[in-house]
Amino acid sequence: MKVSLSKIRIAKANAASGLLVALLAFSVFVSTPSARADTVYTPEPDNAATAPQAQPTSLPALLSELVEADYDRKAEIANLLAESGNPRALAIIEALADGLLFSRADGTVVLQPQENVQVYVDPLTAAPVSGVTDADLSKIEVNNRLRRSLRSLSSRLSLTSPDASVRRAAAADAFASHDEESLPAIETALAKEPEAGIRKVLGEARASILLQSETSSEADKLAAIETLRERGDQDALSLLIGAATTDDKAVVDAANKAVASVQSSLAYWNQLQNIYYGLSLGSVLLLAAIGLAITFGVMGVINMAHGEMIMLGAYTTFVVQQLVATYAPGAMSWALPISVPAAFIVAGGAGVLIERSIIRFLYGRPLETLLATWGVSLVLQQAVRSVFGPTNKPVSAPAWMSGSFDVGHLSITFSRLTIIIFAMGVLFALMAFLKYTHFGLQMRAVTQNRKMASAMGVRTNWVDALTFGLGSGVAGIAGVALSQIDNVSPNLGQSYIIDSFMVVVFGGVGNLWGTLVGAMTLGVANKFLEPFAGAVVGKILVLVFIILFIQRRPRGLFALKGRSVEA
Amino acid sequence: MNDLRKLLFGNLSTGLYAVLLAAAIVVPFFNLVVPASWPIHISTFMVGLLGKYICYALLALALDLVWGYCGILSLGHGAFFALGGYAMGMYLMRMIGPRGVYGDPILPDFMVFLNWKELPWYWHGFDHFSFAMLMVVLVPGLLAFVFGSLAFRSRVTGVYFSIITQAMTFALLLAFFRNDMGFGGNNGLTDFKEILGLDVQKETTRNILFVASLAALAGGYAICRAIVTSKLGKVLIAVRDAENRTRFLGYRVERYKLFVWVVSACLAGIAGALYVPQVGIINPSEFAPASSIEAVIWVAIGGRGTLVGAILGALLVNGFKSWFTGFLPELWLFALGALFIFSTLFLPQGILGALLYRRQKKGATLPPPGEADAIAPEPPVEDEQQAKLQRAGA
Amino acid sequence: MTAGTPPSPSSLLYLNDITVSFDGFRALNALSLAIDRGEMRAIIGPNGAGKTTMMDVITGKTKADQGDAYFSGTHDLRSLDEARIANLGIGRKFQKPTVFESHTVWDNLLLALKAPRGVFSTLVASLSGAQTEKIGELLEIVHLTDAKSMLAANLSHGQKQWLEIGMLLAQDPQLLLVDEPVAGMTDAETAKTATLLREINKTRTVVVVEHDMTFVRDLDVKVTVLHEGSVLAEGSLDHVSADERVIEVYLGR
Repeated sequence: MKVSLSKIRIAKANAASGLLVALLAFSVFVSTPSARADTVYTPEPDNAATAPQAQPTSLPALLSELVEADYDRKAEIANLLAESGNPRALAIIEALADGLLFSRADGTVVLQPQENVQVYVDPLTAAPVSGVTDADLSKIEVNNRLRRSLRSLSSRLSLTSPDASVRRAAAADAFASHDEESLPAIETALAKEPEAGIRKVLGEARASILLQSETSSEADKLAAIETLRERGDQDALSLLIGAATTDDKAVVDAANKAVASVQSSLAYWNQLQNIYYGLSLGSVLLLAAIGLAITFGVMGVINMAHGEMIMLGAYTTFVVQQLVATYAPGAMSWALPISVPAAFIVAGGAGVLIERSIIRFLYGRPLETLLATWGVSLVLQQAVRSVFGPTNKPVSAPAWMSGSFDVGHLSITFSRLTIIIFAMGVLFALMAFLKYTHFGLQMRAVTQNRKMASAMGVRTNWVDALTFGLGSGVAGIAGVALSQIDNVSPNLGQSYIIDSFMVVVFGGVGNLWGTLVGAMTLGVANKFLEPFAGAVVGKILVLVFIILFIQRRPRGLFALKGRSVEA
Repeated sequence: MNDLRKLLFGNLSTGLYAVLLAAAIVVPFFNLVVPASWPIHISTFMVGLLGKYICYALLALALDLVWGYCGILSLGHGAFFALGGYAMGMYLMRMIGPRGVYGDPILPDFMVFLNWKELPWYWHGFDHFSFAMLMVVLVPGLLAFVFGSLAFRSRVTGVYFSIITQAMTFALLLAFFRNDMGFGGNNGLTDFKEILGLDVQKETTRNILFVASLAALAGGYAICRAIVTSKLGKVLIAVRDAENRTRFLGYRVERYKLFVWVVSACLAGIAGALYVPQVGIINPSEFAPASSIEAVIWVAIGGRGTLVGAILGALLVNGFKSWFTGFLPELWLFALGALFIFSTLFLPQGILGALLYRRQKKGATLPPPGEADAIAPEPPVEDEQQAKLQRAGA
Repeated sequence: MTAGTPPSPSSLLYLNDITVSFDGFRALNALSLAIDRGEMRAIIGPNGAGKTTMMDVITGKTKADQGDAYFSGTHDLRSLDEARIANLGIGRKFQKPTVFESHTVWDNLLLALKAPRGVFSTLVASLSGAQTEKIGELLEIVHLTDAKSMLAANLSHGQKQWLEIGMLLAQDPQLLLVDEPVAGMTDAETAKTATLLREINKTRTVVVVEHDMTFVRDLDVKVTVLHEGSVLAEGSLDHVSADERVIEVYLGR
């Protein structure tokens, strides 16, 4: 996944448009999962003679010769294998270098694909060979010199592999190892490489080698510095810092300049990454708090069982997944989408039940409501613990949520991105619901003027119950998303309740926009404090900040000023 | 019947002092003097358990002073309790001396384990009992003063205040979990050896601590009662019932709140300090918001606005908890949750409050001023409809 | 200004050019008003005219965005908090009767009684003979002697209104701000209240906000009409009810 999507890596792009492109690419990707096939290309063969079918008989012969050959001959055979263009050549050469190629008593050769796993295959066909015993095998020996040349052979082979993902990985390896011996192979591959993305990495690998080489010319080194400056990541930075300590003044100057430029751009990307992490954390907070923004913000009910509504949603996700796995294993990728309405119904139903049986008797007594709902939260926690046990429940992420892609130096994981989009979706859906539906209208009417709404024929009791159910249901939906990033345990809700209250109070009670801004501000603030204060101190600082903030503006960021004296 | 009521409530204070005094004599007697083989012998474990309950009762008393009389619901009193406990714990750690596992004469084991070379500055002085006791009162008091003056001056009230007290104790919980705070991190402070030269494990020490807890409770009750029966107490109730009205009468509401808040925090700190040597450990879990809320339910069950009720509630709920967890430990949260719901729905005045309120309603008058007991249960909300109207107006 | 005489700074209460806005809504718009020592003034005006906000500004509950507010010529009300203003001698009765419900009538009056308001003075305060006597007098004035040991919660609506007036008197203020004192009272109670206020006015300055025109006519004092946050008209009730703008405000819409 990571590899297949790096084609949308946008180097040196304007950040905003880059993000836009990435989002577009992502949405295409999400909507058509089948469109994720790798671009496969077949490199032009070196020459017609080395085409696989040209020497069909000589390869097994070469292999059996390998058993008795001396080290020099082994190197030659490896070269011949490499030039044969046979798709198995790379695997055979790597196995030889790793000591995983064996000869049997009858003279045939077998390959062990994985170290320590007693499974053997035919080197050329990859077909399993049965009946192999340890006593039957003797390893085909290699020495250090041979191993080195085999390694460079294998990297050269993978650099020209027909599989783009193998080439890309090989290019990245070549950059990471910057081994001078692989320079010719890199240059050959560079000349043939059709894909711009891989060509760029190859160029950077070449630059990294040239920069460190003692034999390369000053012009080459300066060009290399420029290439690495453009790459501009942490690896490039350390190479450039290394170059800045050499003797050549022109190179040192250029390297120092490049170091400064890379450092400032890295700092910039680092800020962006922090903002992204902050937004991601913020959307988790937003999800956790939206439901509370309804029950607390709109209705004024202090619902300490709010966290448990989230927990119920998470457990619903777990149950739905178990059911799907049992009855419709083919539909696993649908388990999460099904969980969303299921969690809404379960948590919303629980909410209506709580409102009808407890909360409605406590309106106008906020402190009592707080205590009673705390009791409800204890009961729900224990109920879930009794039914499901105290241990964490596994909730698997659908395949399309794993992996990541890069935008510039920004690494964007799909799980985080999904949660951000999901949180926004839930928020806007809720806003639209409140604004455009009949129930939303009744709800707003009741909160603004209960008596008048009642006089107009609105059944205020039911509006109360359903509003509370709505808030709880939204919390349940949040639980579906949070089950993807947090442990699904009876304590899940406890970790969100204080944060949720902080977000709602900070943003301003009764204002969904305030909740959004509050959540995002707190998320970003947390992530910016973390690097130099540590995660825990960062969280403490944010809490202290909110406490101070509430004391300055007790009604939150977006509260309206009232004029009435409540005596 | 009326005579019985009079006996029970007519002078609650005298009754309470008598019960506490009796406990101070009876419990040590049955523990130390009565042989262990006799069925009426009280085990040392039981003495420790009762001592723990008494500390909880003092915490409940402190909470009731602010909640029952001034309407300030604190969901973070566990923080003051724990700070007092840590101050005592630090003294006890210093008293271990070279008897720790690593044998360092100055540094507690966990500091040696963390490769610390010297005592952090804030650990100095805790080898003196009197200094440590000063800190037991000062540290919670100071935190309460700073927190309270900020909050009350900005007129943070009601549930907003409750929520930020919860955030306060939560922030402290996170902080005390950290090893580099220098309070033993996760494990807290434990393995105590002696207090004022007495072996903390010994029976006599246990009994002394138990009696000291009773004395502290009696003293705390005397202070609270002095406050709530004074004119200041009437102002507090006025603040609880109609804060703005009180302000327009010329009272500086925030100063009254701050005063009672700080007194309450100091009492909670003392409760924590007596708790630690009796249970033998103090760790960050005392800061957990859940612990603080649990203390609130003791007060609610016993009857807020009645000092004796808070004490009664703490003893009853904790006794019930010990009994219940004895055979159904896994279902305790059900029981506790049900207690919360039950008490708010059906017993809003608490046990004592319900009895007293019935008495008030019958007589419709109270004893003349000055003779009334230190009791101020809130009149219940008249009916649901009115509550809803209030909510709509708010 | 549109009506009346310009306020003179020597008045007991002097408001000049007071403006208060809430999120763009101007609750008070350059309001100017002066109340002379010993005067009784009735303030009328439709809902939202700014009557309650004006009370809030005078008592320190709401801070004015601009303008001057002086009490007794020297005290700048804009810089003082509610408690300080109350202690200067401005008492306020709320629209909705607010008494301390879980206190007895006696304790309600005791709390209101003029005495040191500090935390420590109340902690050590004891009841003096003079105070007992004073409370007894007040109970007589507001007709609550028989109910002195009742919890305020158990009083009737009218009794609560009177208790609150009694508390106001206990504060011994120079200026009483009385917000809709007869709302919810029977006719008999209303008449009794008018008499009570006139009695009080013999020694103190009184500002009454009221909707009940019969009651205002009963009081027979100078009337100020507020509209959209400023003074629309001022004068005797007959004078203002003849004012065309006042008629339009009350009837025109």
